[in-house]
Amino acid sequence: MDIKKSVDDTNYLQYVKNAAPKSPLLKECVMAFIAGGLICVLGEALDDLGKCILGFGEEGADSFRTTVLIFLGAIFTGFGVYDLLGRVAGAGSIVPITGFANSVVAPALEFKWEGYVLGVGAKLFTIAGPVLVYGISSSVIAGVIYYIIKVL
Amino acid sequence: MNYLSAFLVGGAICAAGQILLSKTDLTPARILVIFVTAGVALTALGLYEPIVKFGGAGAKVPLTGFGYALAKGAYKAVDESGLLGALSGGVTATAAGISAAVLFGYIVAVIFTPKTRK
Amino acid sequence: MGSQIGKRTIKFKNPPNITAAYSVAGRKEKEGPFGQSFDLTFDDEHWGEKTYEQAERKIYLKAVESVIERANLKPDDISFLFGGDLLNQIIASGFAAREVGIPFFGLYGACSTMAESAILGSMAVDGGFARYVVCATSSHFATAERQFRNPLELGTPKTPSAQNTVSASGAVLLTSDRGRYPAATHATAGRVIDLGATDVNNMGAAMAPAAVETIICHLEDTGRGDNYYDVILTGDLGTFGTSLFHKLADDSQHDFSAVHQDCGSLIYGGDEKMNCGGSGCGCGASMLCGHFYKELVQERIKRLLFVATGALHSPTSALQGESIPCIAHAISIEMGYGG
Repeated sequence: MDIKKSVDDTNYLQYVKNAAPKSPLLKECVMAFIAGGLICVLGEALDDLGKCILGFGEEGADSFRTTVLIFLGAIFTGFGVYDLLGRVAGAGSIVPITGFANSVVAPALEFKWEGYVLGVGAKLFTIAGPVLVYGISSSVIAGVIYYIIKVL
Repeated sequence: MNYLSAFLVGGAICAAGQILLSKTDLTPARILVIFVTAGVALTALGLYEPIVKFGGAGAKVPLTGFGYALAKGAYKAVDESGLLGALSGGVTATAAGISAAVLFGYIVAVIFTPKTRK
Repeated sequence: MGSQIGKRTIKFKNPPNITAAYSVAGRKEKEGPFGQSFDLTFDDEHWGEKTYEQAERKIYLKAVESVIERANLKPDDISFLFGGDLLNQIIASGFAAREVGIPFFGLYGACSTMAESAILGSMAVDGGFARYVVCATSSHFATAERQFRNPLELGTPKTPSAQNTVSASGAVLLTSDRGRYPAATHATAGRVIDLGATDVNNMGAAMAPAAVETIICHLEDTGRGDNYYDVILTGDLGTFGTSLFHKLADDSQHDFSAVHQDCGSLIYGGDEKMNCGGSGCGCGASMLCGHFYKELVQERIKRLLFVATGALHSPTSALQGESIPCIAHAISIEMGYGG
């Protein structure tokens, strides 16, 4: 029996695409919106804390907020609860900077048993690495273009 | 008011990410790369600054905001030091975030163990 | 010695008897509807070992050692151990084989390994090359996730079509000794089938065509009808894969709806949190060596066609954008042929 013959007619892959169980997009977007929004509200609160109470300037407050959010993302990942947030919030947990921290800690945790240098050390950047590569590279390119425009 | 606009802007950016996550087969790593690069590009085009002015942390906390910080840092360094600033500016501006990720990431990974299926 | 019939089916001359079977499963499997049917269960995914890989090795080893004990034999009595798992270089089975000291044929058929090993083991026995053979496979949720998918703590939800790797193992002991036992009467080897599916989070869609292809070939070769078997048992198509299986069967003018069951769909009892169900070598192996072996021995089922399906991709091939080639091996296990 040649399965390709009997299946080609029905265009199997198209059928699979149409029939596959789908997640409710609207509900997911709403959850992502709410979760992401709340994390940003926390960020805004940290901004205020940094500027008004701790007396940081604009840049200091940025660093403070980023550091605290990364710490929180890392520690929640350590306690094993960040993936629970991810299950509920989807992109709402991935897109904020806390998600960046999660993507740093999660693979490092996993590869502990492969040692602290090639396990934890190397695996910190399996997912976050590309973010730094493309982010830094594009900022360099943007800076160069900016310089060229300035000079011209 | 700041909090409401932060909520709305941050939520909208995350919802956009959710559409990418659900409707395409892009993995989270690729989506993060798209967002950070988009942040750089939009900042370079001058389109992200108004979003930051309106949304505050709502624009800075998502990974597009990381791109924003990178681009702004590069521009500032170019203003101050010329062409070489393009290389140093982005990383300098986001140094705290990168170092925090490395340090906290390492410490947490060392102290904790991953939990499997719950 | 047996012979080939039809295109690629083996008919065993003296159907090897499965005199013993043993299944080991983890906490989530124990919590499912078949929890009581597993011979041994463990609660903690580490099972007292330092790494998950060592835990999987333990799961594999326990199944092998226990099935030999159940048959009132010793490891020295066993001629060959056929088996494998999902890990790179099949380290769970390889390292376990080191402990038990039986001459070892390591196999990689992904989730089809249970059927593959049972077929090769039966050929060794029926061919007169061994009196006693053990066939075993295992899988483990944590080891499979870190190798094939995302780190455990990463905040990415699973897609609805995804399945969850089962932490379990299963082992059978095959012999040329005669007696009333479930016996392996026929075996149909799988061909690698690839219809172009690329989504590694939708294994059911990739594997269903292979299952249908092997089953239909088996029935044509043996001259048996769609409803000859009491149960046609697939390893881990999952709930979505099962619906595709029935559609493809229907397209080929066959209907297995009365007899088909799928271990992946059964093992978690349709729990929504488990998406489309269980997967992994251990899924089919533990269900076959646990619940279904008991059903056969007690003759509530007399004729079972076990069809384990496997996806032969790797993380590398997936990153390179290749599709997922799949394979399905079938072995028929029937009562009343053991002499």
